[in-house]
Amino acid sequence: MHAYTEKIRDAARRLLAEKKVDGVIGFRRGTLPLMNEPVFVRHVDHVDQLIWDGNCGINLANYLTKRKDRVAVVAKGCDSRNIVVHIQENQITRDQLHILGVPCQGMLDRKGILRALNGREPLEVEETDSQVRVSGEGFQEVFARREVLQDNCKICIHRNPVIYDELLGEMVEEPTDVDRYEDVRRLESLSVEERWNHFEELIASCIRCYACRNACPQCYCPTCFVDESRPQWVGKSLDPTDTRTFHLLRAYHMAGRCTDCGACERACPMNIKVRQFTKKLEKDAKELFDYEVGIVLEERPPLDTYRPDDPQDFIK
Amino acid sequence: MLKIFVSKDNLPRLVDRLMADNQVLGPVREGEAYRFRALKEARDLDLNFQNTRLSPKDLMHPQTDPLFAYSLRKDDPEAGILKELPRQTAQRVVLGIRPCDAKAFQLVDVNFVTDTYRDPWWEARRNATVLVGLGCTQPCSTCFCTAVGTGPFDSSALDVLMTEVEGGYLLAAVTEKGEALLQDAPEAQSATGEMAEAAEKIALEAAKKVAKPFVIDPLKDKPQTELFGAEFWEEVQFACINCGTCTYLCPTCWCFDIQDEVQGDRGVRLRLWDACMFPLFTLHGSGHNPRSQKLQRVRQRFMHKFKYYVDKYGDGPACVGCGRCVQYCPVNIDIRRVVAMMSASCVCPT
Repeated sequence: MHAYTEKIRDAARRLLAEKKVDGVIGFRRGTLPLMNEPVFVRHVDHVDQLIWDGNCGINLANYLTKRKDRVAVVAKGCDSRNIVVHIQENQITRDQLHILGVPCQGMLDRKGILRALNGREPLEVEETDSQVRVSGEGFQEVFARREVLQDNCKICIHRNPVIYDELLGEMVEEPTDVDRYEDVRRLESLSVEERWNHFEELIASCIRCYACRNACPQCYCPTCFVDESRPQWVGKSLDPTDTRTFHLLRAYHMAGRCTDCGACERACPMNIKVRQFTKKLEKDAKELFDYEVGIVLEERPPLDTYRPDDPQDFIK
Repeated sequence: MLKIFVSKDNLPRLVDRLMADNQVLGPVREGEAYRFRALKEARDLDLNFQNTRLSPKDLMHPQTDPLFAYSLRKDDPEAGILKELPRQTAQRVVLGIRPCDAKAFQLVDVNFVTDTYRDPWWEARRNATVLVGLGCTQPCSTCFCTAVGTGPFDSSALDVLMTEVEGGYLLAAVTEKGEALLQDAPEAQSATGEMAEAAEKIALEAAKKVAKPFVIDPLKDKPQTELFGAEFWEEVQFACINCGTCTYLCPTCWCFDIQDEVQGDRGVRLRLWDACMFPLFTLHGSGHNPRSQKLQRVRQRFMHKFKYYVDKYGDGPACVGCGRCVQYCPVNIDIRRVVAMMSASCVCPT
């Protein structure tokens, strides 16, 4: 996986030198263990900032909407699917993009690792294809890499980029024995009241910072419904009605658009499992329309098409 | 000033006694993180923490603060008249607040309590609260309190400073309010000279552990316009997603919005946290937004803390180095790095 770093730099150097792009969107080494920072590299001299490792979980498609320039972007499986959605939704055109595809082995779950360390602060992290070695003052822990992946990465079945101009590594094998909706089915099996309580508890600690919304590539409305002020639709206090309205409406805006990239959960400072809202809608899109988001560029999303053979008959 | 020693075994008894006459708040473990909460019983207090995820600023400046209520009933002769809701008057003791977080209250005082205006809600809460700080022996790698003029044992914003020593805690009164709290404590014994010496040594050791990622002195003399127009903002702002994590977790970010919420014929006027990261924060009634661009909003947060505040009050910066924004920013925008750039961009007097 680390081998991508040199390939990303080589590609960026070439694209910038040949003036094929105005800049390259990738990651640079973070200032904290298990964190990297998205970066926009405009000059050949700065290409060596670019890196790749298991801490590139932020979805870079989030930096593409409404751009006017031509850019190269490093894209793992989920980023590439969000790029497809952006093109479908006219947020950027295909010819503005030079996609550097990186087959992905899953991204590390920083919060999960911090939880496992139980208050001990990680100061150094070494990552190999199979292990993550975390050390700090007076301790060292070794985790199996597959055990400390983000929840969404553990069940990911689209690790390879679905769209790219260059592929920077060998395609990885896509898992076929994954049950993507085990948790959703568990929630579906609950009574209405139990489910209500579950979601109320889930968002009880929400501070309305909107990190989940803003980390999401698909949340690009010029003015979000919670920020509308004339008229105002949603209250700004921590009243459960308002917090609930925000989460439910945000989730519904994701129906047939969410790639389960995990950016929302990764961003939440309160560690709320916000994917529990969107995964049900993803499952519905799959079951009702046999649709997987962002796989085929030419296929219109289920909620902006009408097909006489749609499986539900209520509309006929 | 008075110094007492309380053994670990006796601490719950002291807390119990304080709870009889005061509301007592302290760090409580909730799931994987700590948060300041009103204690229901003494054993809820858990001082085995580095710091709380959310700063305790909501103790003085709640995220949602109902200020006034009013009736809109047509037959009510007082319809539409704002009635102030009761302010904080019950005495509170905050146990175990970190010196940096307490320092933040002092930095924010200059905004809420000025010569021309005194914010009654902020002031009432401040006056009703005794701050018993817990010196920080294990600073995080993200802490930089000593770089911004405070420190892990800075007692300047506390009423009592607690130091964990062998077998218990040394409690040293800093103010008269603190002294009154420590007097006549049957659970305690008077502190010995050795204990005080040991505490001083612990404080010195702790301060040495804190990193100093930048120097702020050059910022004072730098023209605002030069920093404002600096090229590095373009680079700093790129990754930012303009969420409210940094500002909401920050102990010194005080910005707020005032809103009326009406349900049926009852209304309430609320003060609510707001954030310079949100475009709505600066949206004018005319539709114009002076900070419509992400770069402007990102720049504002750092400039406010490290330049405007410093210039306006001749004090500061408006940052206590708690490192929460560093730890929780979803895209790793690191204030230490940004301030180092601001500071290095100075044409420093030689």
